[in-house]
Amino acid sequence: MTGPDRALDEPLLKELTPAITAVLVRRGVDFATAEDAVQEALLQAALSWPDQRPADPKGWLVTVAWRKFLDAHRSEASRRDREERVEAEPPPGPAEVVDDTLRLFFLCAHPSLTPASAVALTLRAVGGLTTRQIARAYLVPETTMAQRISRAKRTVAGVRFDEPGDPATVRRVLYLVFNEGYTGDVDLAAEAIRLTRQLASMTDDEETAGLLALMLLHHARRPARTRPDGSLVPLVEQDRSRWDTALIAEGVVILQAALARDRLGEFQAQAAIAALHADAPRAEETDWPQIVEWYDELLRLTGSPVVALNRAVAVGEADGAAAGLAALAGVDPDLPRRTAASAYLHEKAGDLPTAARLYADAARSATNLAERLHLTRQAARIGQALRG
Amino acid sequence: MAKYLLLKHYRGAPAAVNDVPMDQWTPQEVQDHIQFMTDFATKLEGTGEFVDGQALAPEGTFVRYDGEGRPPVTDGPFAETKDLIAGWMIIDVDSYERAVELAGELSAAPGAGGKPIHEWLELRPFLGHAPTVTE
Repeated sequence: MTGPDRALDEPLLKELTPAITAVLVRRGVDFATAEDAVQEALLQAALSWPDQRPADPKGWLVTVAWRKFLDAHRSEASRRDREERVEAEPPPGPAEVVDDTLRLFFLCAHPSLTPASAVALTLRAVGGLTTRQIARAYLVPETTMAQRISRAKRTVAGVRFDEPGDPATVRRVLYLVFNEGYTGDVDLAAEAIRLTRQLASMTDDEETAGLLALMLLHHARRPARTRPDGSLVPLVEQDRSRWDTALIAEGVVILQAALARDRLGEFQAQAAIAALHADAPRAEETDWPQIVEWYDELLRLTGSPVVALNRAVAVGEADGAAAGLAALAGVDPDLPRRTAASAYLHEKAGDLPTAARLYADAARSATNLAERLHLTRQAARIGQALRG
Repeated sequence: MAKYLLLKHYRGAPAAVNDVPMDQWTPQEVQDHIQFMTDFATKLEGTGEFVDGQALAPEGTFVRYDGEGRPPVTDGPFAETKDLIAGWMIIDVDSYERAVELAGELSAAPGAGGKPIHEWLELRPFLGHAPTVTE
């Protein structure tokens, strides 16, 4: 049987990969070997599914991956031990599948891993991306990424699979992936959303819901955030008709349900701020006083100087530039973007020469090219106005 | 084919002809400059001569080993007088003449008043592999 409906379903395969890996790991196969077996099973699926797709794709993949694992180990002395262990295992039920995948999330975000390793391992083992795709997304050679992933696997090799995990570590990893945006052929933001949805569906946790809402609300603005040449469009200048209203609506519903449980965390507070921006049909209608209140909450929760910086800008919008500059005075002067915030508030206060100078300074200390060009343009714009 | 490194300097190169800092251009002039740079890289990708390119932050530090069990010594940020690289591009071209031609094109990127910057770019050949056939 052939035809488009019988073709290989790649999204489905990607969705199933972590669950299959997790089943093998729970049966006692070490992580790296389980992954190899699953990759071989996926290869076989690519060959045989276009002709005949199994009625139960997941069961098929588990069976084939398991057989691949047994084939690979048939000659080894430990074979009998492994097979005995297998026979003692009951077949996995639906609840165990969820637990297994969740455990794989925890394993890939294990605190013994560096953030870069946890990110790479999560994308590989849970996200089902190829090493080549991950390497391209992070602009490193494929061999470098392959090494990073195999070192990460060795690091977690001794971790017990049923060790209790902390969703907070997984959230940090997914947040890092989301912030990387998209380079090359992999959309890391979309990938982060997909994985966060999966995590949220397996855990009953308001902060994970908050993170998902935050991602959806920011992702909704993506079509308006850059010009065709790749340059940044600041929030106030964005064409709000290009925001994705379906994503915003979904994010708001998820956020409201999380907030109703009255256990506030930093991702919920960040999502609340994003939701207030999304709620304003025009930039001038933004509810800045309420945004300042959320920044107060966020500052209380995190004590982060970055939050204090963003709060100062919001205070400038809510209570005027002088109040904003006063709030900025207490913020660490070495913080990246502090000079840019100061430039913005000085322009708002009408001090154009200072604003132009600060924008030029901020451009020199920008940490990415898009931001540097944006700040240079701001300096140029004010300079032109001054020369009049 | 031979690889060349094109270096753009913040400081250390002779002064450009149209030497007005970017933050004193008009926004449109900034826009036109960025467009020129993007088009240049796209063109070289199209001709199969582009390898890689990156912009660098202006702040850098010198670092050296300071002996067993001691942390490395750092020196910097660089003083105003030192040479400072702003960015680089690697091209893979048929000849030195072609490398010079491309560097010349890049140096004509528009700046203040929409006129070419005539910026001095440094062109450095890579040391290649030893050839297989030697006689």
